[in-house]
Amino acid sequence: MNEKRMLDDQHFEQMIEEESICTTDNKVYEAPLDALYDTAMHYCPGCGHGVVHRILAEVIEEMGIIKDIIGVAPVGCSVLAYNYLNIDMSEAAHGRASAAATGIKRVLPEKYVFSYQGDGDLAAIGTGETIHTCNRGENILILFINNGIYGMTGGQMAPTTLPGMKSTTSPFGRDVETMGAPLKITDLVAQLPGTAYVTRQSVHKPGNVRKTKKAIQKALEYQKNGDGGTCFVEVVSNCPSNWKMTPVQSNKWMEENMLPFYPLGDLKKPNGKEK
Amino acid sequence: MAKVKGDIIIDIEKCKGCELCIEACSQKSLETSRQVNQKGYLYIVKIEDNCTGCTNCALVCPEGAITVYRKTDKSKKQVAKITNITKDTTVTVNE
Repeated sequence: MNEKRMLDDQHFEQMIEEESICTTDNKVYEAPLDALYDTAMHYCPGCGHGVVHRILAEVIEEMGIIKDIIGVAPVGCSVLAYNYLNIDMSEAAHGRASAAATGIKRVLPEKYVFSYQGDGDLAAIGTGETIHTCNRGENILILFINNGIYGMTGGQMAPTTLPGMKSTTSPFGRDVETMGAPLKITDLVAQLPGTAYVTRQSVHKPGNVRKTKKAIQKALEYQKNGDGGTCFVEVVSNCPSNWKMTPVQSNKWMEENMLPFYPLGDLKKPNGKEK
Repeated sequence: MAKVKGDIIIDIEKCKGCELCIEACSQKSLETSRQVNQKGYLYIVKIEDNCTGCTNCALVCPEGAITVYRKTDKSKKQVAKITNITKDTTVTVNE
């Protein structure tokens, strides 16, 4: 009995050794652990911030610019972005990330500079800074995560909240007559002459994640070539906790309600480069 | 058609059980476990052995907790036959 069992164990071990394909040669995908710290993030389960952090780190790693890139963290859910990205980061006052990024870029013009902002930061308190940065055509990348709500402070209404959408400060749904229509800040900055590349993407499906990664990569390449202008990448994201949904439901809700209002695609491309 | 063989490793201490990878998996090989990790989340496990290594689960994972492996058949040589010149030749690459 024992012998048989030993034989079985040996056979089993052999089988595992033969069948295991988890070797370095066969590895096709791994989290970018050079540009991203190997720690658990504080974001809620299913939050789009984690995906955007990861693809940003992937782009930085693939371009080999870990030591040449400086980020500016906002105030909001992503205020602790410097705890996760293994690059030089600065923190800005609420809404002023693009202004801080302007200063860094002017002092260190050979470095890549990006600001990472949410919708409460960029579209509400920092509207003036954002619009004037884009109007001046500063050669920086602005990454804008739009989830249509103030996530960190507990789900208040943001300028980007959809009409009829419930939040803690609009419990009967957003009334367009008294609270105004949602602000499409990406369409707004696309009209300014200072912007070079304006696009709107999302991260709810694998294909969209790939497209967003490509968009960030393009934006950093335009910044390197000095194609003259601000690159603005909006990522439509979800907020399962404050929308009071599960992550899967929130992605579905986003696809059905937010994407018709915020259609995906490139709004502006550098002149003469691509069509 | 050769079947592609893949495998994934999930870092269960990073996983928060958001189930986005279950939605993204085309082979339906992932499921939520009934155990919790140190943070108290029900983590995701692979239950079927039909993974193709398509990396969809890893792409949508907000925590970057999934590493994907795909087996490539190295014994098979990639052969290209060149016609259209004086003599037919066979070129072998990636030996």
